[in-house]
Amino acid sequence: MTAVTKDWRDDIYKVFKDLDITMVSHVPDAGHTPLINLCEKDNEIDVITLTTEQDGVGLSCGAYAGGRKSALLMQSSGVGNCINALALPNICRIPFLTLVSMRGEWGEFIPWQVPMGLGTPKVLEAMDVKIFRADYKEEVGSTVDAAARFAFNTNRSAAVLLSQKMIGAKQFKNG
Amino acid sequence: MIDRRPFVQKILKNRKPNLRVISGLGTSTWDIMSAGDNIGNFGFIGAMGQAIPFSLGLATSQPDLRILLFTGDGDTLMSLGSIATVANHPVTNLTIVVLDNESYVETGSQPTATAGKTDLELVSKGSGLSNSYTIRSENDYNKLIKTIYVEEGPSLVVAKCQAKATPLVFPHSFDGSVSINRFMSSIKS
Repeated sequence: MTAVTKDWRDDIYKVFKDLDITMVSHVPDAGHTPLINLCEKDNEIDVITLTTEQDGVGLSCGAYAGGRKSALLMQSSGVGNCINALALPNICRIPFLTLVSMRGEWGEFIPWQVPMGLGTPKVLEAMDVKIFRADYKEEVGSTVDAAARFAFNTNRSAAVLLSQKMIGAKQFKNG
Repeated sequence: MIDRRPFVQKILKNRKPNLRVISGLGTSTWDIMSAGDNIGNFGFIGAMGQAIPFSLGLATSQPDLRILLFTGDGDTLMSLGSIATVANHPVTNLTIVVLDNESYVETGSQPTATAGKTDLELVSKGSGLSNSYTIRSENDYNKLIKTIYVEEGPSLVVAKCQAKATPLVFPHSFDGSVSINRFMSSIKS
């Protein structure tokens, strides 16, 4: 058995620091919370809470136009909110990076999460977003690093799907 | 009611070097382009609702520039939540001017919510943008210029405009990558 002492969110944070990502926007998800907390403690990273995920697309593009790299954190249900907004980085060839915590796939409890969970990769592909997927904690750092380099080096949109198998499916209790 | 085209042209006529201008899709883009080609302009022609968050991202990245967004009531109504985001991550250098003609003029002049009961100044104030006000006449030009260049933002100004169709004035390119790279060169230089 491999001993994993570090949280995989630390590995994502390290990529942000290595690649000089200084703005992180999000509609929060429990899977991202340790990463959001790390970023909020860092004075060099601007953390912006959105009211809808699509605003993170425009925000990220505006930040890039001003010379700054950013990442959008969201849950898979938020991907559907971004569809038309994704035209902006696409047509402008602005690098766009998003990290998506998946719901509705591995041991999901809430049926309402399933439609967008199933739709997430299809929607991203439909909008020409390159998908990277991390199913195991050990591969998160290298996957986010690869996706970020893909986005910023080739001026394309990239999404990392962080699997529910890795994050863990919350089981809800009534009462 | 303001005649938007000459009003926008007047605002942009003697623009200062520290001003960068963004426009929301449609008529606002034709408006700023009608004032003359300038590499310090970036106009949306699609991605409705993204102009406010884009301008926020730009303003936070370039605190030494003054960022002016011209957009319409239709574009603003599509992203009301972004006004709350602007208010809660305040940037001092951003002015949003909503050219509010209370209609979707380009698609056949269907009324927007602002033709009915919705007041964008109140929405903005309620979202937390204390410096929000409405102008209804070209006589408020000096007040607006002060907001754009001097006052501590973020600010949102609702400019009530006549709902009339204006000629389309195309940007330098319809290719977004050309437009954004040209705009970014105005920031690097």
